[in-house]
Amino acid sequence: MSNLPVLIIMPLLLASFLAVLFGIWWPGWARFISIIGTGMALVASIVGLSKVLSTGEALHHYMGGWPPPIGVEYVLDHLSAFMVVIINLIGLIAVVYPPAPGLYEVPRKGIPTYALILLLLGGLNGTVLVGDLFTLYVFLAIYSVATYGLVSLGGDRAMVASLRYLILGTIAGGFYFLGVGFIYFTVGTLNMADAANLLPAFYDSPTIMAAVALIVVGMGVKLALFPLHVWLPDAHSYAPPVVAALLAAIQVKAAAYVIVRIMLTVFQPEYFTDTLPVTTVIVVASAGGIVFGSVMAIAQSDFKRMLAYSTVAQIGFVGLGIGLANPLALVGGLLHILNHAFMKSCLFLVAGGIKHQTGLQQIPRFAGLGRKMPLTMACFTVAALSMIGIPPTAGFFSKWYLVLGSIDAQNWAVVAVILLSSLLSAVYFFRAIEKIYTKSSEGEPAVEQANEPSARILMPIALLAGGIIILGLTNAFIVTQVLNPVAALLSP
Amino acid sequence: MVEFDLSMSQYAYFMVVLLMAIGLYAMLTKRNLFKKLVGMVTFQTAIYIFFIQGAVRLKSSVPIIDEEIGMSAAQYVNPLPHLLILTAIVVGISTLGVAAAFLIVIHRRFKTLDDQAIMGLMKEPD
Repeated sequence: MSNLPVLIIMPLLLASFLAVLFGIWWPGWARFISIIGTGMALVASIVGLSKVLSTGEALHHYMGGWPPPIGVEYVLDHLSAFMVVIINLIGLIAVVYPPAPGLYEVPRKGIPTYALILLLLGGLNGTVLVGDLFTLYVFLAIYSVATYGLVSLGGDRAMVASLRYLILGTIAGGFYFLGVGFIYFTVGTLNMADAANLLPAFYDSPTIMAAVALIVVGMGVKLALFPLHVWLPDAHSYAPPVVAALLAAIQVKAAAYVIVRIMLTVFQPEYFTDTLPVTTVIVVASAGGIVFGSVMAIAQSDFKRMLAYSTVAQIGFVGLGIGLANPLALVGGLLHILNHAFMKSCLFLVAGGIKHQTGLQQIPRFAGLGRKMPLTMACFTVAALSMIGIPPTAGFFSKWYLVLGSIDAQNWAVVAVILLSSLLSAVYFFRAIEKIYTKSSEGEPAVEQANEPSARILMPIALLAGGIIILGLTNAFIVTQVLNPVAALLSP
Repeated sequence: MVEFDLSMSQYAYFMVVLLMAIGLYAMLTKRNLFKKLVGMVTFQTAIYIFFIQGAVRLKSSVPIIDEEIGMSAAQYVNPLPHLLILTAIVVGISTLGVAAAFLIVIHRRFKTLDDQAIMGLMKEPD
């Protein structure tokens, strides 16, 4: 038993509580507290990752000292350690990013914006760490409710988008809960490891098949897997930039994690590939999402809306990694969770910086910004090249593993889709890059008067852009040390 | 082939499925946002009833060990589903609270709760 798994969640939940209290009287303190809380969570998760890597074994915490299957268990293994480091790293950068460009306004007294961000991060960490099917539902609900509040900060339209997301998110949560109920009434346990031992005897039961279908569809909505993505473009484009960055980078990935966890830990992967055609469905949906998202992104002129549709496409890559269900593809899909977190949050923060400096959000009006804001645009270009998948940026390597995985699976249609998507994302990102660098400003007053944002805005963006290059160069280490042990679960 | 038990002892589950279908139908097809929320509550209630029905054990006692009844777990009602539902009700209430707050703001801004009308208003420039 180790205390590390809960030590990652505790600072966030505690800081969330403190941020509400302090935010009532001294709003400035709320941000300071959230930086400390997220920083502590990040340190704890890095310590956890290094411990898991050095011992090669999972760390378990039994809440209240009750051992499973009676008590609730928190598990820090390779997969969850990988996820918590991403969540807390992106979370820390999001709270460090100044509120004026990131949240459209500095939080006023009594508006617990930072408390909600901390609650979102706490819920995501809990979802990833908990080893109990029902407690996972509770953490899903915690981060979902925090998300609804955060999205609505973007104004009236965001409020409508958030309400639509709330209704679909509730259906998704309900489906997951119902699936858990089916599993519980069949095997009589909620602990994942215990259920994994008991479930194989019931693999022929229609109840378990229905449970798998309900859980995968529910998580498909939360993951915005095509065609269940309808809530995503509105919610992500109307939300403030920091919120959009958090949602696209880590919030939707938590649902991908749940599917991987259910497939690898609770069930045997063969059940998802051979007995039920779950993985086939996920592959078809993901391939559809990649093409649909890319084409829709080309059609958008609003910068954030283009990024939102691009998220629909990029989710497809994560889905492909899960659906192809061979070690190479799974490594590609999980690596893409990390890479996409860096790329998309960088792009959304750039969008926030541009809107703060110039008030612009339509791509056609960006012409000439490359001369006025060279550093911001350099970071944008790095992230855009990574989205297209040009080496040595990180985006290339996850696509590389996915292509290798789909060749391994003899699935040539998927290879074609991945290559086509690179072409399509080249279309919509080069269109923006061309506008920014080669065109002159054509008398646009906002661009004429634009200048580089302050260092406080630029630092988080540059950190993420630098991270994209570093991830590209160090991906071999991440794959061999962290992701290969996860992929090994596929073929025991 | 799978055999389904369609006897009357299972009638509560038919009610659960019926409620769930009504809730989903309202959530996905009603144009009024408030009716969508009513559907949402109906859907969640159906799930609560499913869990409570699953915990039913006729001719058994409350889950407090009694020397006269003995130590056999079969003699007591399973308390866990009730606990799960208590937690799920809290989750449902908080979601509903957030949604109701959104409805108030949306109605103030758009002066309507009709989904299609709001979609039209959102497309207009500020």
